[in-house]
Amino acid sequence: MAECHSGGNHSITQSPNHTSAQFAIQTHDLRKVFGGKVAVRGLTLEVPRGEVFGFLGPNGAGKSTSIKMLLGLVAPTGGQATVLGAPAGNVEARRQIGFLPEHFRFYDWLTPGELLRLHGRLYGMSPAQLRDRVPALLDLVGLTPHRDKRLSEFSKGMLQRIGLAQALINEPDLIFLDEPTSGLDPIGRRLVRDIIKTERSRGATVFLNSHLLSEVEITCDRVAFLKHGEVLETRELKDLLEGETRVSIRARHLGAEALHGLGQWATAVRAEGEHVTLGVPSSDVLPEIVRYLVASGADVYEVTPQRLSLEERFLQIVGEDGGL
Amino acid sequence: MGAWIMAGVTFREAARKRILWMALAAGAAFIALFSTGLYFQLKDQTHPANPLITREAVNSVLMVGLYAVDALAIVMTVLTSVDTLSGEIASGTIHAVAAKPISRWQVLIGKWLGFVGMVTLYVALMVGGITLVTYALSAHFISGVTPPHLLRGTFLIWLECVLLLSLTFLFGTSFSALTNGVMALGLHGLAFIGGWTEEIGAVVHSQRAVNVGIVASLIIPSETLWRRAVFEMQSPLMGVLRFGPFSNASVPSGAMVAYAAIYLAVALGLAIRRFGRRDL
Repeated sequence: MAECHSGGNHSITQSPNHTSAQFAIQTHDLRKVFGGKVAVRGLTLEVPRGEVFGFLGPNGAGKSTSIKMLLGLVAPTGGQATVLGAPAGNVEARRQIGFLPEHFRFYDWLTPGELLRLHGRLYGMSPAQLRDRVPALLDLVGLTPHRDKRLSEFSKGMLQRIGLAQALINEPDLIFLDEPTSGLDPIGRRLVRDIIKTERSRGATVFLNSHLLSEVEITCDRVAFLKHGEVLETRELKDLLEGETRVSIRARHLGAEALHGLGQWATAVRAEGEHVTLGVPSSDVLPEIVRYLVASGADVYEVTPQRLSLEERFLQIVGEDGGL
Repeated sequence: MGAWIMAGVTFREAARKRILWMALAAGAAFIALFSTGLYFQLKDQTHPANPLITREAVNSVLMVGLYAVDALAIVMTVLTSVDTLSGEIASGTIHAVAAKPISRWQVLIGKWLGFVGMVTLYVALMVGGITLVTYALSAHFISGVTPPHLLRGTFLIWLECVLLLSLTFLFGTSFSALTNGVMALGLHGLAFIGGWTEEIGAVVHSQRAVNVGIVASLIIPSETLWRRAVFEMQSPLMGVLRFGPFSNASVPSGAMVAYAAIYLAVALGLAIRRFGRRDL
């Protein structure tokens, strides 16, 4: 069994105040080498409980391998990992974990209800529990009208939905979603977002592996950027997007001196005719800038902060080459 | 518990394989052909022979029939189970299961049990079918012929299939379906040649040829179980005369059967170990 025994975490079982109560996932220098190829170079992560955590990175950055190590599907080459207070891969801890694998598939002669009952039984759920839970989940993922079909008749999107339902059947404390929106249409993606929100409000931790950045931007509390099997940066999403903002201003009668004076708040001030662009550390300074411009006699027509999308931040951090 | 859930779903999955239904159809066709042949053999005896000799002949024909059943069962066992591990690892089907709160050994044993169930059903149906047809036809013309120690013989045929199943599981933890199938059936081919070498060696009193056969049986003791099954089910007279399609000149010992059982357990144990450690 791919268990990663973390020698230094002996206090986990002893002290309820230990960080394991605070973190759903903790890893230190987790590594995986396949043959001679390094898939994960040294993953050090802390995922607070109750958060939606986005794990971002280009294809081949080691996202799926990392998830598999946390679930015990892949044995780490080195390092430590603790999931829900137990060494990664611990069978008992998996009782509280839900997992949607990338490209979910299963025996296609099952009906969606049979599939959910089977997975529920693997979690040790009783027939009585499943009697209520299965129809509720089919309803949640919008498959009730298709409950008599076999999975062989399912589209890719429908398979993804039933995969999502099996990941939620045990009302897990921690949910791993590996590319949950792949194969889904906009309605399906909306559904995934809503489910993630619901799970979060229930108190669950969601570990979301994705390269669909717009999805992550809407759902995540915190994101980690992964490249070449290494975490480049972990940030709270609102800090990440707040940060430095580009502002474009359209104003007339703006003298060279006034333009120069903008330097006290802004960097990279560039003027071209009546258009000025500049960078500010935070949008908090914008009212002051407007007051200053008006006071210096300029006619201000437009002040537009251009917040960087997560995609732009992603490209900044990971690099345009996408790690290839 | 997890193992039983896996066994149930694997049995249903195995029962849906086209190969199984083809093997059943082939088996049914074979039994039909066999019984037609036996019917004419018994009916067209121009000189009503000594019923005792006829009974011996029927038993010999039944042995040939069982030999075909044994071969069919082996091929069916290997071909249905050959991609259950490697295929599900490659397709990702196994991921959703292996991430559940059940141990890897339970996943593997569960799948193995599911296939054991299917093999048991197949062997019971085929051996039962052919002995029943033989009994009914011989009862019609002379008196009902049943092989001695039928249950023991059936058990040995079943054990042979389960041994190859366990070997297929072991190979399936490391190799692709195709490689796995070639390896399992190739090894059984080795056992087959070894078995005949031993038999012929015994007939011509060549101890060295017998030893070659014994070494082959040690490498893969599948055919040895069939030869023991023949010994159990052949009529005692044929056994003494050492005459017939399966001479049984060199009968595998009880120790060899025990060796095969241990071999099976070791193969399954290694499969569990390898599956428990491999990355999915």
